[in-house]
Amino acid sequence: MKSGAQILIEGLKEQGVDLIFGYPGGVVLPIYDELYDADIRHILVRHEQAAIHAADGYARASGKTGVCLATSGPGACNLVTGLATAYMDSIPVVALTGQVPTSLLGNDAFQESDITGITLPVTKHNYLVQDARDLKRIIREAFHIAGTGRKGPVLIDIPKDVSTAMVPDVDGPDQQPRLRGYKPTYQGNGRMIQKAVELMFQAERPVIYAGGGVISANASAELVTLADRMCMPVTTTMMGLGCIPTDHPQNLGMLGMHGTEYANYAVTECDLLFSIGVRFDDRVTGKIETFASGAKIIHIDIDPAEIGKNKLADVPIVGDAKCVLTDILKKIPDICPHPDWSQKIIMWKKNHPLYYQDDGKLHPQYVIRTLAEILGDKGIIVSEVGQNQMWTAQWFKFTRPRQWISSGGLGTMGFGFPASMGAQAAYPDQPVVVLAGDGSFQMNIQELGTIAQYNIPVKVIILNNRFLGMVRQWQQLFYEKRYSYTELPEVSFENIAKAYGVEGATITKASEVEGAIRKALEHPGPYVIDVRVEREENVFPMVPAGANISEMIVGHHTQHEED
Amino acid sequence: MPAHIFGVLVEDSPGVLSRVTGLFSRRGFNIESLAVGHCEQEGTSRITIVASGNDSQIEQVKKQLNKLIEVIRVLDITESEHVERELAMIKVKAEPGASRSEVMQIAGIFRAKIIDVGSETLVIEVTGDSGKIAAIDDMLKPYGIIELVRTGKIALQRGSVTISSGRS
Repeated sequence: MKSGAQILIEGLKEQGVDLIFGYPGGVVLPIYDELYDADIRHILVRHEQAAIHAADGYARASGKTGVCLATSGPGACNLVTGLATAYMDSIPVVALTGQVPTSLLGNDAFQESDITGITLPVTKHNYLVQDARDLKRIIREAFHIAGTGRKGPVLIDIPKDVSTAMVPDVDGPDQQPRLRGYKPTYQGNGRMIQKAVELMFQAERPVIYAGGGVISANASAELVTLADRMCMPVTTTMMGLGCIPTDHPQNLGMLGMHGTEYANYAVTECDLLFSIGVRFDDRVTGKIETFASGAKIIHIDIDPAEIGKNKLADVPIVGDAKCVLTDILKKIPDICPHPDWSQKIIMWKKNHPLYYQDDGKLHPQYVIRTLAEILGDKGIIVSEVGQNQMWTAQWFKFTRPRQWISSGGLGTMGFGFPASMGAQAAYPDQPVVVLAGDGSFQMNIQELGTIAQYNIPVKVIILNNRFLGMVRQWQQLFYEKRYSYTELPEVSFENIAKAYGVEGATITKASEVEGAIRKALEHPGPYVIDVRVEREENVFPMVPAGANISEMIVGHHTQHEED
Repeated sequence: MPAHIFGVLVEDSPGVLSRVTGLFSRRGFNIESLAVGHCEQEGTSRITIVASGNDSQIEQVKKQLNKLIEVIRVLDITESEHVERELAMIKVKAEPGASRSEVMQIAGIFRAKIIDVGSETLVIEVTGDSGKIAAIDDMLKPYGIIELVRTGKIALQRGSVTISSGRS
């Protein structure tokens, strides 16, 4: 006979879990009691939201499923934003929540919330365990569902009496979950793959549009091989950054609202859009009617519901990015150049580079460029959400997949800092650097306590402009500079960090940037750099919401050309 | 926009109905009718949903339904030859005398059954497609319909094909 809590811990270990981010409470006491001497590391966060973001960051960095644990009611509710974040970006997370005893379910008991009901639209699947004998099966199913197909978060809600119930250990190890309604398609349809290959050979102006699905499927190497063989330029979504190195000759950088000019021009003028692991999000397409309107569309995705959702595909291929690319590569042994198209793209890149005014002032883009130079091909870069995120996406030089961790679909401010704790746990020997804004950082600033307690050596660079910068930018451009509630007062992040026992520095001049970053990276523990950047710097290029992506506001760059 | 009838085979587990209906409401789709019950396979329930939308909306709903872990199969039954029925119970005013016999005659014409006789009311059970139920509803209205309840549509494909055998 074993208790439910025992079965849970054994089930987690069977899945290879060695790390949980969590926060205890009344109904998870039996689980915490099992954890006390279990061979699983538990990191006590300061807010449950940080637990799930950390588990998410761990999953993004490692490719494995992240795990977090929270108590019922408020604990569980605090996971909701993190579940939605992981759901939108298809990140495998298993969230465990305590629940009031089954006898009290639905009674408005103390710290009761219907968390399976609440999280229905933001989880891939969820379970309310009603019998401890089901627990073993449910854990196996949950990890299977989270980590296969289109990945995503799964929540398991465990009432207190299920944790304490003594039940026989029902089956032997390694029983495969049997789910009649869940059979993801990995292999692409052969006929469609043939058609895609034919279109690629016919195309004169092909572009690859690659997204997070490529990274999730570990298909970056295949993608780069395809780009090389077919001489196809590659633009990535924000979620796809890193699937091709920034310096690769075929790389066009990010497309869409804050994409490069040349990526947006290339997509607008292409005659074939080879889309893989992407979902034609509105931040990418702008006005969908004019997005790649002259192009045939190949769309490869593991989720059939994504194909044809926003844009009709001429060649739909349901399958795993790695499997499909491998099959495609078998059919294209030779190099197929498009000299005219390549020439055009080279000219676009030359004439419309990313630009900021390099006038010696402390521009945020300069901070990111300097960081990229210092790190080289090392490091994991985690961003918050807003201007800090877009500048990092534009200016950091990514060299490999899973190097870039950022909340894409949901755009969750407060994600980055806690996510960095998970990334650091996945790669204890890599420098992990958070690029934050002063707004985002203050959404989960309490985790300074966690990184101090466990000496998690993440480095936080706050691009501090004392504004909610991205909103301020929209107010400047579209609301006549009426800065309604976007200005923040001065805060000494250095002092706050130090109060938690974390080293920190404040810098106000461009000349201090390199030294401060080097010092932070050399420091063995966590470090916070408060960088007082130019306050009203904007992210350019910018496609106004709902406009054609070829119609960008390019800011200073226009003046630069006119000069 | 034509109405589509979806046959949905689901695991017989708690919460599955709210997963399915939640998917419609989240997309702003109105469910016109819904019927649920056990089917021929043990541990499996069958939901029949009627909803309207344009082709791409219907396609999206079908794909999203298929994504639910507890959904085993989804079929747009309107795409093939099928039979559909729903059942209504109508409590109608029928005081002894001329009106009562008229109501009984109408029921007879529609091959409806009288399943309860009260001192001033009759309860009529009628089975058929939506058109037939609307027609008897119209005919009985002048007498005074006190209460009406209907099951929601259920449908099967004609011939030997089944929801499990056909292409979804």
